[in-house]
Amino acid sequence: MKTRELFQIDLPSNPERLPAFREELRAWLVHQPWDEHQLCDIILAVDEALTNVIRHGYKNQSDQPIYFTAMALNGDGEPPGIEIRIRDYGQQVDLSKIAGRDLGDIRPGGLGVHLIRAMMSSADYFHAPGGGLLLIMRKSLNHTGKSQE
Amino acid sequence: MAASPQSSNLTIELAAHGPLRVVRLLGEIDLGSSPRLRQQFLALVEDKDPKYIVDLSGVPYMDSSGVGTLVEFKRKLERRRGQVVLVGIQPRVRSLFEITKLDKFFIIAATLDEAAAK
Repeated sequence: MKTRELFQIDLPSNPERLPAFREELRAWLVHQPWDEHQLCDIILAVDEALTNVIRHGYKNQSDQPIYFTAMALNGDGEPPGIEIRIRDYGQQVDLSKIAGRDLGDIRPGGLGVHLIRAMMSSADYFHAPGGGLLLIMRKSLNHTGKSQE
Repeated sequence: MAASPQSSNLTIELAAHGPLRVVRLLGEIDLGSSPRLRQQFLALVEDKDPKYIVDLSGVPYMDSSGVGTLVEFKRKLERRRGQVVLVGIQPRVRSLFEITKLDKFFIIAATLDEAAAK
């Protein structure tokens, strides 16, 4: 696998790290065949996922580990696109309760998961061995996020 | 015009547009910057006759924490018979409001003059 097809980074659960990380992710994504809308979709989905880890998994502790991996999928048995894995060691929650709020129930919060699912082709949470959660998100090259509708 | 200290990549300016008060935001609104924005909004809610325009023309990026902060601001203003109008929303940020159906919840204007007329 070419280095450019894999982007791995260990992040602290510090919100102040997010702006620079978004730029690093963008710098990697521009080498993939995404259009600007799709690229922004991916960055927003990742940002929302990391925000959820910091807020809910780590209860706003800023020094906990987050392991991020993005891998270009080149169509070898799967649709071309990207797979992103975000692994934390935070609080394990009931996976069935990871859902966006009813959009008719307008209040602060509860939109992160909704946005992730709107931006990506799929997003699946798992209880990770040793604690914490593993989120696997995929987006195929032909996926149009709701931001473009 | 007063600018708050820039501890993250968001600058908050308080300005005036004729008789109306404008909160001008410059930079990205995310989990790192939204708590400071929330504190600013909570202070503004306490004002007499709290009617505001929030100018988002300088905000190229916002996530759900920013949207949630704006929702809370509007809710608190409404309890005090106040109002907020959002102006100058960039296309990418606007799509966030549309996806979450909050474009129907907020009063949104294209320009400051249009916002003043709301």
